[in-house]
Amino acid sequence: MAVEVRVPSMLQKFTDGEKKVQLESANIGELLATLESSYPGIGNQLMEDGELRRFVNIYLNDEDIRFLDGMETSLSDGDVLAILPALAGGAA
Amino acid sequence: MSVKVYIPTPFRKITGNRTFVDAEGIDVNGVLRDLDQRFPGFGEMVFDGEQELLEHVNVYVNNHEITSLQGAETPVADGDEMAVIPALAGGAGAAMTPEMVERYSRHLIMDQVGPLGQRKLIDGKILAVGAGGLGSPVLVYLAAAGIGTIGVADFDVVDRSNLQRQIIHGTSDIGRLKVDSAKDRILDMNPNINVVTHTSPLTSDNAMEIIPEYDVIINGADNFATRYLVNDAAFLAEKILVDGSIFLFEGQVTTFFPGEGCYRCLYPSPPPPGMVPSCSEAGVLGVLPGTVGAIQATEAIKVLLEQGEPLKNRLLLYDALAMDFRTVKIRRDPQCPLCGDAPTVTELIDYEEFCGSPFHEN
Repeated sequence: MAVEVRVPSMLQKFTDGEKKVQLESANIGELLATLESSYPGIGNQLMEDGELRRFVNIYLNDEDIRFLDGMETSLSDGDVLAILPALAGGAA
Repeated sequence: MSVKVYIPTPFRKITGNRTFVDAEGIDVNGVLRDLDQRFPGFGEMVFDGEQELLEHVNVYVNNHEITSLQGAETPVADGDEMAVIPALAGGAGAAMTPEMVERYSRHLIMDQVGPLGQRKLIDGKILAVGAGGLGSPVLVYLAAAGIGTIGVADFDVVDRSNLQRQIIHGTSDIGRLKVDSAKDRILDMNPNINVVTHTSPLTSDNAMEIIPEYDVIINGADNFATRYLVNDAAFLAEKILVDGSIFLFEGQVTTFFPGEGCYRCLYPSPPPPGMVPSCSEAGVLGVLPGTVGAIQATEAIKVLLEQGEPLKNRLLLYDALAMDFRTVKIRRDPQCPLCGDAPTVTELIDYEEFCGSPFHEN
């Protein structure tokens, strides 16, 4: 399934500055593996021991995957995935 | 002369719930008499026993208060708009002064605010955590809106590198405590505000003394330790929390209502130190906190007014480069250690240890 992944500015250094990348995968877990093989290094930012890090959320079409089927959540053509890490900045 | 008269909520029971009514007269006095004829009981609401306009009622002709014109003898022309605004609101509460009625006039003539709403703002107590990038616009707009009690918590001093974005401070404030600089600016904007400054860093020892004093908490902290501390304290004190954060060109804002989800539901634990760069390491577009802070202030004011739809169970994502606003759904996590079904965090903890980082990043 062809899906669009929106990359936060914090991680765009791994995607040559691209904000959006197109990938093919059947589910979220596969997609994250594909993301790492396409953009080495990004996976470690998102995952730890096969689990999504607890300060990173992934939204499939604006729904948190934790409330779908997590890594097993299946994908459809045209889905949009957003990666959202916690931000601390208040600009003190 | 036929004029259109705005009737505020407290008088609408007399006008059959109509917001605008037509009336005739050559001057303000004549129009008010005509209204009394059309709507029996109206006169008693605006005139005293001597048939003089009551002191707590302000009348506007085309948005000008009539004491600045010719008082009750102010002439009116066809098509003029009048508004009759009682300064008393909220039952036995104190009257607004004429200065306040003029200052808040653009609020007072709005259906969604009006004298009752303005009274809610005046009675409101809001704490801004941080008087920096986010805190600056938050504090200026809260002061302008007339929030009666504004708390400012920050222990830092103004640095020249702050002035690229922290619009509440000026060049002459460099080296001063941010809370002092912010207080001066707030009182210059609006001397009616009671400003409470908190100069000690917020910690697990003092947060439960400070946060319960307010109705709404606005989080503009610059580090994860304070962000989790404020989240936990706001939940434990049952306060509404408007959370905002920024990075480079991106912002996130949401409003947490106690028991309906919290920052820990959204992000169960912080990133390890050094993994996510801070603004001081990576930079931030100076105007970005202006947009995000203004949204936080909007949320807090809406909450006090009990108007509209807050960002409840929604996370607003702002991308200044793409100029894109989106919301994603967020929800309470039953597994949340703070607000879940079996909480393990029932009092404030050691947040520097939890985050592996200090309360301040500089």
